Amino acid sequence: MDQTLSERASTVTLRVNGTDRSLTLDHRTTLLDALRDHLDLTGTKKGCDHGQCGACTVLLDGRRVNGCLLFAVACAGRSVTTVEGLTDGEVLHPVQEAFVARDALQCGYCTPGQICSAVALLDEAARGEPSHVTPPERLPGGPVPLTPDEIRERMSGNICRCGAYPNIVAAIEEAAR
Amino acid sequence: MKPFAYVRPERTEEAVAHLAAHPGARFLAGGTNLVDLMKLGVTGPPLLVDLGALPLDGVAETPDGGLLVGATARNSDVAAHPVVRTRYPVLSQALLAGASPQLRNAATTGGNLLQRTRCPYFQDTSTPCNKRVPGSGCPAREGVHRDLAVLGHSAHCVATHPSDMAVALAALDAEVRLRGADGERTVPVTAFHRLPGDRPDLDTVVAPGELITGVALPAPPPGALSAYRKARDRASYAFALASVALVLTVEDGRVGHAALAFGGLAHKPWRARAAEEVLRGAPATAETFRRAADAELAAAEPLRDNGFKVPLARNLAVGLLGDLASRATAAAA
Ligand SMILES: Cc1cc2nc3c(=O)[nH]c(=O)nc-3n(C[C@H](O)[C@H](O)[C@H](O)COP(=O)(O)OP(=O)(O)OC[C@H]3O[C@@H](n4cnc5c(N)ncnc54)[C@H](O)[C@@H]3O)c2cc1C
Ligand code: SF4
Ligand code: FES
Ligand code: FES
Repeated sequence: MDQTLSERASTVTLRVNGTDRSLTLDHRTTLLDALRDHLDLTGTKKGCDHGQCGACTVLLDGRRVNGCLLFAVACAGRSVTTVEGLTDGEVLHPVQEAFVARDALQCGYCTPGQICSAVALLDEAARGEPSHVTPPERLPGGPVPLTPDEIRERMSGNICRCGAYPNIVAAIEEAAR
Repeated sequence: MKPFAYVRPERTEEAVAHLAAHPGARFLAGGTNLVDLMKLGVTGPPLLVDLGALPLDGVAETPDGGLLVGATARNSDVAAHPVVRTRYPVLSQALLAGASPQLRNAATTGGNLLQRTRCPYFQDTSTPCNKRVPGSGCPAREGVHRDLAVLGHSAHCVATHPSDMAVALAALDAEVRLRGADGERTVPVTAFHRLPGDRPDLDTVVAPGELITGVALPAPPPGALSAYRKARDRASYAFALASVALVLTVEDGRVGHAALAFGGLAHKPWRARAAEEVLRGAPATAETFRRAADAELAAAEPLRDNGFKVPLARNLAVGLLGDLASRATAAAA
C-alpha cells in the first residue's frame, strides 16, 4: 500500500490543562475519547456523541468546541482546557462558584459542559461577538450586555435533561457581574 | 468507523494533489458533519486531508468593494467580522441562526456549503436511500418527510439542503472559488447546489477532488438593507423548517434591488426569481409582497406531511419584506 495510506495511528502532543501530553492514538479517536479514555480526565462527559447536546464541551485554544466531533489528531499541538483545568489549585473558577451558589444543576451530567461553555460565553460577549438575539442595530465594538435572553441563546448548545436552565441562567448572570 | 490515514498539508496545491492521488480521500475541515457521518457509517474515507493548516482562513476586503471569505474561516469568526456585520448583515444573521456556538467555532465556510442533508434515512444505513446508495429507493417520499422539500424535488429524492449560510450567500449573489488538479474556476452559489433529478447522490457541481478555496461576495448594492429570518421547531439549535434571506433597496416608495432566497424548502438554497420579478419596480406595499411570495410558491408541490411549509415560507417572506421596506423608508425620511 502507498505510504500515505498505511498509517492509521499517530503520536500527537496535546497541551491539556497546561501540561504537554503525548499520546499514540488511532486516528479514529475523538478529542473527547482521548481525554476520557487515554488521559483519565473523565470530567468531560459523553452525551449524544453527535454534536447535539454539548456535554462534551471543552476549550480548544480558549474557544468552546464539541470534543465528540473533533478527531484528536486534528488537535495536535493545540491547547485544551477541560473542567478539571478551570480550577486554580483548590480554588474554583468564578463560573464554578456561581454554579454551586445558584444550585445550577440536578444530576450534574451536563454540568462540566455547561461550565466550560459559560466560561467561553463570558469571553465572547466581552469581545463584543454577537448572537442570534443581539439586535442587528448594535454595531461592532464594545461588550454585549448579558441579558437573560442573550445567556439563553448563547447557552443553547448545551442541553440539560434535568431542565436546570433557570438556575444555570442565574449562575451565569451572577458570574457575569 | 473504518480506519483511515491522516495528513495535514500546509500548501493548497499539496491538499489538492493528495485528493487527486487517492480516490475516495476526503478533505477534513471543522469535522462537524464529516466526523458525524463517519461515525454513522454513511462514509468511510481511507484518507483524510486536514485543511486546518492551509492559509485559507482569512476574511479580506477586495479591490472591487467586495469581500473574500476563506474556505476555512470559522463560521463564528465570519459572523462576528465587523465588515460582515455592517455590510452583509444577512450573512452574519444566517450564520448565527445555525447550529450552536461550539459548532460554529469549528465549522467552516467550505464545510458549511458541503454539509449533507439531515434526511433521517440518509443518516440511517439500515434503510434504503437514493442519495446514499443510488438506486436503492427513497423511503422519505411516503415515510417521514415533514422537514423535507416542497420545491424542486424529484421522484428520486425529496431532501432539503440544511445550510442557513448558503441561503444568505444565494441572496448576496456570492461566488464559490474552486481549485482542482486542472486549475481554478468560479461558480455562483445559486448554481453550486443541484436539484436532485435522477442523481440525488450529487449534492453540488463540485468535481471529485476539487477544493473550495473561498467565497467571493460582490459589493452590496448602494443603500441595500439585508436580513435573515428562520422558523424552526425550537427557539435555537435546530435546523430550519423554512427560512428567508433578503437583500433590498427601496427608492421613492418603489422596490429597486430585490434578492430573495428561501432555505429549508428544497435540495438547494432557493433563489426566488419569480418573486423578484414581481418586486422589481413595484410599490413597496404589503400587497406587492404577498403577490411576490405567492408567485414564487405557486410552484410548490408539498408532500403528505409538509404542506405547512408553504404558508410558513410565505409569511416569513412577506414579514421580512415588510420589515426591511419600512426600515428603508424610515432611513430615507
Ligand atoms: C447538532 C447540529 C446542529 C446543526 N444545526 C445547523 C443549523 O441549524 N444550520 C446550519 O446551517 N448548519 C447546522 N449544522 C451543520 C453545521 O453547520 C455543519 O456541520 C458545518 O457547517 C460543516 O462545516 P465543517 O467545517 O465542520 O465541515 P466538515 O464536516 O469538515 O466537512 C463537511 C464536508 O465538506 C467537505 N469540505 C469541507 N471543506 C471543504 C473545502 N474547503 N473544499 C472541499 N470540500 C470541503 C468535507 O470533505 C466534507 O465532505 C448543525 C450541525 C450539528 C451537528
Ligand atoms: S429524500 Fe433523498 S436523502 Fe432522504 S431518503 Fe429519499 S433519497 Fe435519501
Ligand atoms: S457528546 Fe458531544 S455534543 Fe453530545
Ligand atoms: S443537571 Fe442533569 S442533565 Fe443537566
